[in-house]
Amino acid sequence: MQTYYTDLLVIGAGLAGERVACEAAQNGFKATCLSIVPARRSHSSAAQGGMQAALGNCAKGEGDNTDVHFLDTVKGSDWGCDQEVARLFADAAPIEMRRLAHWGVPWNRVVPGKSFFFKGGEKFEKFEKKENEGLITARSFGGTAKWRTCYTSDGTGHAVMCTMDNRCAELGIDVFDKKEAISLIHDGETCMGAVVRCLRTGKLEVHLAKATAICTGGFGRIYKATTNAVICDGGGHIIAHETGIVPIGNPESIQFHPTGIVPTDILVTEGCRGDGGTLLDCNEERFMNIYEPDKAELASRDVVSRWMTHHMREGKGVKSPYGEHLWLDIRHLGDKHISTKLREVDEICHHFLGVDPRTELIPVRPTQHYTMAGIRTNKDGAVYGLKGLYSAGEAACWDMHGFNRLGGNSLAETVVAGGIIGNKIVEFLSGYETKIDTKIVASEVKRQEERIHDITHGRNGKLNVYDVRNEMQEALMRGCFVFRNKEGLEECVSTLQGTMEKSRKVALVSNGAGPNHELAAALKLEGQVRLAMCIAQAALMRTESRGSHNREDFPERNDAEWLNRTLAYWREGADMPELQYEDTTPVFELPPGDRGYGGGTIIPADEKYVKDRVIDSPVTEIGKKK
Amino acid sequence: MGRQLKFEIFRYNPEVKGDVPHMQTYTLDETPNMTLFIALNRLREEQDPSLVFDFCCRAGICGACAMVINGRPGLACQTKTKDQPGKIILHPLPVFKLIGDLSVDTGVWFREMYSKTESWVHTSKVFDPKAKEERMDNEVAEQVYELERCIECGCCVSACGTARLRDDFMGAAALNRIARFVVDPRDERDDEQYFEIIGNDQGIFGCMGLLACEDVCPKGLPLQNQLGFLRRKMGITAMKQIFRKK
Repeated sequence: MQTYYTDLLVIGAGLAGERVACEAAQNGFKATCLSIVPARRSHSSAAQGGMQAALGNCAKGEGDNTDVHFLDTVKGSDWGCDQEVARLFADAAPIEMRRLAHWGVPWNRVVPGKSFFFKGGEKFEKFEKKENEGLITARSFGGTAKWRTCYTSDGTGHAVMCTMDNRCAELGIDVFDKKEAISLIHDGETCMGAVVRCLRTGKLEVHLAKATAICTGGFGRIYKATTNAVICDGGGHIIAHETGIVPIGNPESIQFHPTGIVPTDILVTEGCRGDGGTLLDCNEERFMNIYEPDKAELASRDVVSRWMTHHMREGKGVKSPYGEHLWLDIRHLGDKHISTKLREVDEICHHFLGVDPRTELIPVRPTQHYTMAGIRTNKDGAVYGLKGLYSAGEAACWDMHGFNRLGGNSLAETVVAGGIIGNKIVEFLSGYETKIDTKIVASEVKRQEERIHDITHGRNGKLNVYDVRNEMQEALMRGCFVFRNKEGLEECVSTLQGTMEKSRKVALVSNGAGPNHELAAALKLEGQVRLAMCIAQAALMRTESRGSHNREDFPERNDAEWLNRTLAYWREGADMPELQYEDTTPVFELPPGDRGYGGGTIIPADEKYVKDRVIDSPVTEIGKKK
Repeated sequence: MGRQLKFEIFRYNPEVKGDVPHMQTYTLDETPNMTLFIALNRLREEQDPSLVFDFCCRAGICGACAMVINGRPGLACQTKTKDQPGKIILHPLPVFKLIGDLSVDTGVWFREMYSKTESWVHTSKVFDPKAKEERMDNEVAEQVYELERCIECGCCVSACGTARLRDDFMGAAALNRIARFVVDPRDERDDEQYFEIIGNDQGIFGCMGLLACEDVCPKGLPLQNQLGFLRRKMGITAMKQIFRKK
């Protein structure tokens, strides 16, 4: 058995993981990153839009500051976020963007003079100041008061990922790819590292560390339809949750995007609708204008996803071998617009559908997009329940996104949180020594060896891994998607209870030797069903609608009863999650109120509860300095 | 009704004792908009779970799924079956170490490349968190980004005649990487330092100019332009060094 030892073991080498590792390495600690894929293939690299940071350099970003960014983030979260964390994030973001520039990110820069931009299909003019020439510029994103999203053309995630991985190479950080952590080594109090399966050989390894950080991204792949990469399967969440003492924060908080293409669920940008594209049903008729006469296709992501789903339920979906979908029509925008402003959409249609959007319709449907849910940490990134265990990025519920995250805040979170939490890990590691109990290590390895042996040899049953996985994915699509209600959720929970039983009885069809995928899928199957069950049960209990969590039977945002965060534990031997609740935020810099968009009614919180927690803010509700 | 597709797939699992590299045939009914991502996953989930291949983003952004498709390196995720004949022959990329079936080890190859090319901005400046960012011309920033679009899929290396002949050839991806830092004003390395890295047969002078790298690049990177640019620059550097010695 190969055993490695390091100061900081980072599981996941996307932007958050590598940023955490850099912070440790810069401060003299040995950091090791493990990744299922070569680091640059991480899902971070797929993010195209950009990173929010209040630099205020460009004309439409003038007057922006970290206070306004904070306010946008809290409103975006539908008051579901930890306001201390949102504040930490907004304040650190500009520094982190500049640091990235220093490390090599080719951010787009301010070009002085007159230029044009489009909004709602109309052409406007802007003027960039000479004095700002060459500073980092920004673009517009939904839900933000100012142009704040820093970007590099249409490949921000890719460019930042390259720079971060280069930085790791420069610092001599070991980044091992094709390694998958399959369980944490711990004694119930302290985390000591992980048991890892090598995806080149199939052999098990042990990685021991003083501190461990889980930065494995989201778990969209437990849904059938998701924009996520195939590696976003919850591996990191599962090993933390499986300890029985680490909770998943707000599991019911899952974001959906209206226009994933069918069959592969690759995202086509919101810009299609922004520029005048329409949604059509099986009769090639518009429908969004019926449900939302004012905003029609331009309503918020959640709202459009909701009506699309409703319309398909009414039998107006287009049947296909990959399930039902609707059409996105951008034909009327014309060749010039499509080949310039929507070049990326044009390419996706060409490569993945063989469709020419100038003359043909694009098959789309709402698709799982982001998990605000995650491994619950405190504001230092320390995971609840286990000393020496940290989490950052989409894997974590740190919790700056609450019940809805804004575009451009997720990619920014990876590096900003990575920096902040990396720094806290450095504080933790400084002067810290630990004892590794070899008996615990050996017994954990043995437990994993037995698990693999049992699955490979069909000791528990003979069910097919992929069949059981499909059952879980379909249960979530039916009961826990855009629309939620009591009946659907109850049915989902009960279906998943059956799936859980089945997940414990799977066996391999293949022999499982070497870098076998079927074994990898089997090893995380039960954990995935547990995550699915947490989503369903927490969604069933939360009898309100907040951000992405839409209860048809409880349409109000209920601050009186639900201004809190779900913590879902899975105790050893249990068949259901144990749900606990904690205050959403220790303080209110911005007391709960109307977001200013999205509509809906609010049942207000107890006045005294809010008043007791309000702290002085340097800024008024509209973002003006006091 | 769609076609019935015939797949001939290279099989070899080095972890199974006595396994011999061979081709295996599968059949699958074609569905509308089918890509090799869909087809291979269906083969694995419905017919043969022992099949080894890599996918990650499945959207042409990450480069994980490069393989030789009917004789030509390309990304499986963005290859539509309708653009292929009824018989689809799949091989792993050559040059890279084989992990199993269609999966090769690009990770280790590229990490070695980062250390050979010292793939990071070399600067003597220290970051000051209190200062405004250093200014940069937007055109230069866009130029740097254009060269950073490489997704490290390995298609260019596997299609390269020199790389097939000698193990130590850096290949177009590495030379493109160097070009990225040459155009970046933040990198303080001078031409002589770059010459130390690529001014030899493992680098810029090993290229036979067959142009396959650029032909197969799924991102359409101007790899041959970069080779020409660097070769000219390194040629001049070499000349200067010769004259200086005299």
